Amino acid sequence: MDRRDFLKKTIRGSIVAGATVAFGDYAKLLAAPPVSPTPYDLVAVKGGEPEVMFDKAIASLGGMEKFVPRGSKVLVKPNIGWDLTPEHAGNTHPKLVARIIEHCLNAGAKEVSVFDHTCENWVQCYKNSGIERAVKDAGGKIVSGDSEGYYQKVALPKGKRLTEAKVHELLLGADVFINVPVLKHHSSSMVTIGMKNLMGVVWDRQYWHRNDLHQCIADFASYRKPALTVVDAYNVMKQNGPRGVSTGDVVAMKSQIVSTDFVAADAAAAKLFGAEPADIRHIQLAAQMNLGRIDLDALSIDRIKL
Amino acid sequence: MSVLFFALTAFLFLDFRNIVAPSLAGGLLYLQFVPSLLKFVNAAALGAAGFIVVVILTVLFGRVYCSTVCPLGALQDVISFTARKKGKRRHFQFSEPHNVLRYSILALTVLLLVAGSGFLLNLLDPFSSFGRILSSLIRPVVLVVNNVAAISLERLGVHTLYRVRWAVIAPVSAGVSMAMLMLVAWLAATRGRLYCNTVCPVGALLGLLSKISFLRISIDEGVCKGCKLCEGVCKAGCIDRGKKTVDISRCVGCYNCFAVCPKDALRFEKKWRRRVPAAQPNRERRDFILNFGMYLLGLSGVGEQTKKIIQSRPTTIPLRVTSPVSPPGSGSIEHFTATCTACHLCVSACPSRVLMPSFLEYGFLAMLQPRMDFHAGHCNYECTICMDVCPSGAILPLTVERKKLTQLGVAKFIKENCVVYTDNTDCGACSEHCPTKAVNMVPYPNPANKRLVIPEVKPEYCIGCGGCEHACPTKPYKAIYVDGNPVHKLAKKPMVKKIEEKADNNEDFPF
Repeated sequence: MDRRDFLKKTIRGSIVAGATVAFGDYAKLLAAPPVSPTPYDLVAVKGGEPEVMFDKAIASLGGMEKFVPRGSKVLVKPNIGWDLTPEHAGNTHPKLVARIIEHCLNAGAKEVSVFDHTCENWVQCYKNSGIERAVKDAGGKIVSGDSEGYYQKVALPKGKRLTEAKVHELLLGADVFINVPVLKHHSSSMVTIGMKNLMGVVWDRQYWHRNDLHQCIADFASYRKPALTVVDAYNVMKQNGPRGVSTGDVVAMKSQIVSTDFVAADAAAAKLFGAEPADIRHIQLAAQMNLGRIDLDALSIDRIKL
Repeated sequence: MSVLFFALTAFLFLDFRNIVAPSLAGGLLYLQFVPSLLKFVNAAALGAAGFIVVVILTVLFGRVYCSTVCPLGALQDVISFTARKKGKRRHFQFSEPHNVLRYSILALTVLLLVAGSGFLLNLLDPFSSFGRILSSLIRPVVLVVNNVAAISLERLGVHTLYRVRWAVIAPVSAGVSMAMLMLVAWLAATRGRLYCNTVCPVGALLGLLSKISFLRISIDEGVCKGCKLCEGVCKAGCIDRGKKTVDISRCVGCYNCFAVCPKDALRFEKKWRRRVPAAQPNRERRDFILNFGMYLLGLSGVGEQTKKIIQSRPTTIPLRVTSPVSPPGSGSIEHFTATCTACHLCVSACPSRVLMPSFLEYGFLAMLQPRMDFHAGHCNYECTICMDVCPSGAILPLTVERKKLTQLGVAKFIKENCVVYTDNTDCGACSEHCPTKAVNMVPYPNPANKRLVIPEVKPEYCIGCGGCEHACPTKPYKAIYVDGNPVHKLAKKPMVKKIEEKADNNEDFPF
């Protein structure tokens, strides 16, 4: 409890500090014409621990209160797809997940839930990824995604190949949705980032694989825009993805990308990985469907090095 | 004691959350006669001497196994107790032994076993029957109760229980279990332990042994007033009040008669005073015959089931399966089918639901013995639970490291069924799931001139876990599947070229 209290207080303090800074900025700009409520489209951080980088990034975007109204229900969706320990970088880093939950609760969220429809046995994935423990310690709720009964059919009016999907009820019931993918190599789509991570909120993934995978990924992305996409690039699996064979596949990149625009987040993360966003077909398709922006040059980006 | 044994054993089979550490199962099931016997004989596991303990106990005190350790026995007691509470027939009666039937069944079971088939033994072994009844019939009921409770709690926002997914239904296993349960329940409700003394081969064998046991129940004719109280509580129906005798070969050692006799006319008699001490049966010879017989068994009959077509463009090329896939640790199908009693503890314990009762895949005589069904799931790379729980030694323990290199079968790729080939779109589900990257994606030149990759199998790295087959989305036929190795092999250790790249923290962002 001491540790948690300490963390909460620290975060609260930093948020107050951040707000003061922001307020200071506003005060300076009072005479100027009104500015956009989010000064940056995207924040990229590098050189710190996952939780420290997130503190910086969310402060730069104006604090979690901007995204999480008091009393709201939040869904945080990390990648917990594989029965792997954190150093294998197959799943989102547990420390990042925990810190996001703490920020949400401090912003006044009523409850923060976490789940994934895993690829391997879910009990072992939740446990060995370290995420179950981290979520519980941070005061969040870890929920199973392992029964078709949790998933309800929704229509995807903008979908080209995927026109309906069964979606986990937690996403349907959430006021705020935060997508927290891990940046990884992928055997067929080269990289897997945010949009691909959404395969873990639906029941029937095989349909996607059978019916033009990239189009389905872009189609589903049109269903609901996450309030935030937080890309974990602390440890990055550079080869043999998405499951990896050993820790030899992993490079410590110590980076993180946070954005309200999920296409931009994926594009920036792809760049970080060393790929051209336009070469990743689902990123290209999503941009064509006007779901977000792929042209990073036109965005206002806060680049933070620690 | 018997209640404790029964409750713990039942819990093992119903423990869908894998609460019990698999290593504890070994201790609990140590005394289960048939699994222990087969493990001892086939796996040459000296530690698996539980059945010898049972033999010694029987030779000393009679069939205490039947009254205390055997879970099917305890189940019958529960049934007959309830039936007797409700029904009009409140008392048991002496009945003549069905010696011809019971020794014929025993002889036939032994003969079949010697001839190399555990078919009858597996069908009639009380422990395995009990296991099948629990895992095929009772477990689903428990899951329904759990899921209903979980859904109700979720309404209240509580997620301490979680909904549990169904395993694929195995109708044959459920049918056999149901038939057995009905037979046992009917016999128990009407005639007490008649099953144990007529059908059960373990009961018949231990009955023979108890004829020479050291302590035997007998009636002191001088003291007995012939009140028939003892006969009324004898669930084995072995006390003949008229002749004032106890048929010790059918006595299951419950000692209920002791408790009710007002005159203490029932007593233990020490029988070995003048006789040659009862020798154990000549195990060496028997073991030799058993071993010899069991290794004669080959395999036959491989079925491939297909599912109904949902896809708009169904795949066309059927799989050519030459051998089913036996669980890791089983070494070979020969060893597995000769040693497995089909108790389905591994089926119950498998967290990935990949172990399923077989039908004809291993051949008729090995029906119900579990196989790896990759439609149902795939074998978790890090998991060794089935090896840790198997009581009969059909699945022997391997270290995690060894298990990760044990090749149960090899993935076969059918290009013509693959989405990349038929539709010219990306998929890669198989390669995603492959833990050793034996299934790798390689560039695929295609008519649509798209940048595509297609699976390529490096069989020497494949361990046959079935991740690729389970994930493959094509229907009705998969584009990649695992063909079993009748004798498991060793795969090459997955090669990982360590990434040389170092991230430079001072470098600018690439955007």
